[in-house]
Amino acid sequence: MALPGEPATRRPWAILAAGLALALFPLLDSPFYLELITKVMILAIFAMSLDLLVGITGLVSLGHAAYFGIGAYVLALRTPRYDPASFWTTLPLAVGLSALAAFLVGIFVVRVKSTYFIMATLAFAQMFYFLFHDTEFGRGSDGITMNFKPAAAIGDLQVFDFGNPRTTYFVALGALALVLGFLRFLLGSPFGRALRGIKANEQRMRSLGFRTYHYKLASFTLAGALAGLAGYLSALQYGYVNPELLSWHQSGNVLLMVILGGPGTFTGAALGAFGFALLQEVFQAATLRWQLLLGATIVLLVLFVPGGLASLRARFRAALVGGPRP
Amino acid sequence: MTMPRSSRLLAVLAAGAALLLPAATLAASKVRVGLMLPYTGTYAGLGNNITNGFKLFVEENGGKLGGSEVEYFTVDDESDPAKAPDNASKLIKRDKVDVLVGTVHSGVAMAMAKVARDNNSLLINPNAGAAELTGALCSPNHFRTSFTMWQSSHTMGKVAAAQGKKTAVTFTWGYAAGNEAVEAFKEGFEAAGGKVVKAMTLPFPQVEFQSYLTEIAALKPDMVFSFFSGGGARKYLADYAAAGLKAKIPLYGPGFLTEGVLDGSEAAQGVQTTLHYADGLDNAKDKAFRAAYLKAFKAEPDVFSVQGYDAAQLLAAGLAAVKGDTSKRKEMIAAMEGARLESPRGKMSLSKAHNPVNDIYLRKVEGKLNKMVNVAAPALADPARGCKM
Amino acid sequence: MDLASLLIQLLNGVQYGLLLFLVASGLTLVFGIMGIINLAHGSFYMVGAYMAFVFASATGSLLAGVVLGIGLSVALGMLLEWTLFARLYQRDHLDQVLLTYGLILVLEELRSILVDNDVHGVPVPPMLAGSIPLTANLSYPVYRLFLSGVCLVIGGLMYLLIQRTRLGMMIRAGASNREMVQSLGLNIKLVYRLVFALGVALAAFAGMIAAPVSSVYPGMGTHVLIICLVVVVMGGIGSVRGALLAALLIGIVDTFGRVFLPQAAGVVVYLVMAAVLLWRPEGLFRSI
Repeated sequence: MALPGEPATRRPWAILAAGLALALFPLLDSPFYLELITKVMILAIFAMSLDLLVGITGLVSLGHAAYFGIGAYVLALRTPRYDPASFWTTLPLAVGLSALAAFLVGIFVVRVKSTYFIMATLAFAQMFYFLFHDTEFGRGSDGITMNFKPAAAIGDLQVFDFGNPRTTYFVALGALALVLGFLRFLLGSPFGRALRGIKANEQRMRSLGFRTYHYKLASFTLAGALAGLAGYLSALQYGYVNPELLSWHQSGNVLLMVILGGPGTFTGAALGAFGFALLQEVFQAATLRWQLLLGATIVLLVLFVPGGLASLRARFRAALVGGPRP
Repeated sequence: MTMPRSSRLLAVLAAGAALLLPAATLAASKVRVGLMLPYTGTYAGLGNNITNGFKLFVEENGGKLGGSEVEYFTVDDESDPAKAPDNASKLIKRDKVDVLVGTVHSGVAMAMAKVARDNNSLLINPNAGAAELTGALCSPNHFRTSFTMWQSSHTMGKVAAAQGKKTAVTFTWGYAAGNEAVEAFKEGFEAAGGKVVKAMTLPFPQVEFQSYLTEIAALKPDMVFSFFSGGGARKYLADYAAAGLKAKIPLYGPGFLTEGVLDGSEAAQGVQTTLHYADGLDNAKDKAFRAAYLKAFKAEPDVFSVQGYDAAQLLAAGLAAVKGDTSKRKEMIAAMEGARLESPRGKMSLSKAHNPVNDIYLRKVEGKLNKMVNVAAPALADPARGCKM
Repeated sequence: MDLASLLIQLLNGVQYGLLLFLVASGLTLVFGIMGIINLAHGSFYMVGAYMAFVFASATGSLLAGVVLGIGLSVALGMLLEWTLFARLYQRDHLDQVLLTYGLILVLEELRSILVDNDVHGVPVPPMLAGSIPLTANLSYPVYRLFLSGVCLVIGGLMYLLIQRTRLGMMIRAGASNREMVQSLGLNIKLVYRLVFALGVALAAFAGMIAAPVSSVYPGMGTHVLIICLVVVVMGGIGSVRGALLAALLIGIVDTFGRVFLPQAAGVVVYLVMAAVLLWRPEGLFRSI
């Protein structure tokens, strides 16, 4: 079994099969599920960006929705009323500004202890929430509707037509694949190994001469940038943004996705996003009081299944073959 | 929704209504109605009252709308804008509803309007008051049976000036609805010769009013215009009175300031507000509506129940014109545009931007009621700025 | 703005700050002594407020409601410590965050099932219902002054408890060295259970006595939680002194921010927090 913080067991065929299934899904021609899966793939990117912090660097952020929201708002604020915005300029801007916001917050928060980190990230996220909710600049509590999807043209050639939900679907799928590939590559690089070292024992890394503050700040900034990418895609999909995108419930939910899938492997976080969406659908279909079910499930999960749902598989296998229990 | 012991009355009502609606006898296929309203959280009460109002009208007409049987699809929107696009598209794409009805929260309604427009779906909005919905975002497919903040607050500006007030301080939550109320009040008040000396806002949904009340006392205006709602409104009314301001600087506001928060306590007595509905309206429709509602749901109806009821009436008018064939969208919309509704609020028609044209009443708090004082603005329409339709 | 108004605003700020302190002190105590991040702390405030509403309407007396509510909240605290939190001491903070996040959802839904989703007012006790005229047209509600007095008394009692009693000694020892306490033969489990119940009771009590001025409404716990986290982060996690200072600072900054910088009222508090963190990354104080 994989140790926490180790790259996941290599199962390229499983990832390939999942990718293939997702690539073929639009053939089923089900507009509702096409849209739903687009959303979940975007959430998967968001969850993976948080996994970089939680599962790899060992920083538990409870304010990650802020950077998702900033990415979304950049597209909304840069979309003129009577014209489409340019995909090519707004996308880098969204990612860049989310990274900048994460960098500025990171300066304050990554140097403090983990307990502090949780509370401080939440408090700063709330500040961004108020920035969009209460100021002229953020256009207030009702959010912003975009009249046009961004245009992605090179010369006269329309590269992506975002008016077509399938295009958005494939762009989200492509982004998911790229981000997953990038993060897995990062994990194996010296930088990724240093981050895992920090998670395991920061004192030791420091005594080995690593400037852990800089590593953690870089990780926090990168996670913010990727969350911003997810936020941008979300705004692109729906053409609508609202301050609630930055609310702490979103931060809590994405943290749940990471935990559900098992932190530290990225694919786990992505699976967690799918699992969470499924769980929510099931609970919502079962009862109006689905928050009670969700809350109780979380409490029981923490009490009786430390390590998340992901550890269940290992426990199950251990029970079958009598191997070591996690 | 169970209706114990009320079915006999409803049957009588339905029989009466059936005579008025010739199409009712020609039953067509079922019309699929998607109710996207809050059933949990802060606005759950409003969502339930809207639903009750809607269903009361349907029951009065023998379970039909404009002659078509009704099939409901319900989604709890939780007043969460982050989930709104999903919830709306669930109803449109998965459940394939013919018409979407919702909602309370303006942010959620904006997302619904966006999804409805992208999918060319019919949307009837029984509450959310954001001006943009029948302004820059107006669309042939979107109808509203409630209000805009402008209608009540602009009226209040004129009323207050006519009562001899010269200076005003405005104080509201600094979110969209609050800002719209204050701007409209200022427009009406200053056009009539008044002057807003200071506009104060508090971040939504905070309720620490004390420092603002201190500021109001220092500024000594002739009046204060405020918009808060729900819990905030209740606390504000109590704090305003406890600060000793009520006797010295009268408090005015749009009707939501005193809607659903009156418990008969001294703090709210005498506060004047403007709205498209009031207690003690001299109108037979309202009396019948209140009696039927009380009987069916064992609760007093409120302005939200009225808006839900009118949403059903408006839809019935559209469906009757096309005999339940919702694919004849154009004819249906034309019939809804031309509808003249007998609402519990009084006569109601629709403006070009699909917003209600109705009387705005001046009300005064007496006990637990918002008693009608007079009709402050007859048949008032929202200016629908920015709407090109 | 004249001097009288400025002074009254200062009073407003101090009064708000003291109430914040009352809620935040329980949060910081539980963290400092037990190392638990309790996101459900705001929910206990909400639970207290709703208990005040339910019991005060049933008995007709806020005092009776508060007495009953304190008893129940201590019991609730003990129960939760016994069933849930006692299993968390050896776990990492991630588990604590998750469990308490789940608890928020559960408590909020239970509130909705047991009471309702409506907003309710809680009447001020008749004895304290008056207002004192301060300027020509502004009066100050007596109950608000009473509230500040209660907060000061509770703060003083906490100081005595921590500095002067055997339990306080155990608490201080527990905060610094768990093993040592155990080796002295003190019952650390009991200390933890009592401290957690105290934290819950403090939050609930704050909710109860604040109910007449804040009214009770769904979601009231969330706002309180976040502003309390700001207080705790600024004051230094685990420091009661720090919480007092930070709460007063937040109260005053927030009040004057609203008056002088109304456009930025929502953000000002967080900017102050950022400034404090820049100056002292671990908060103002580091010990109880």
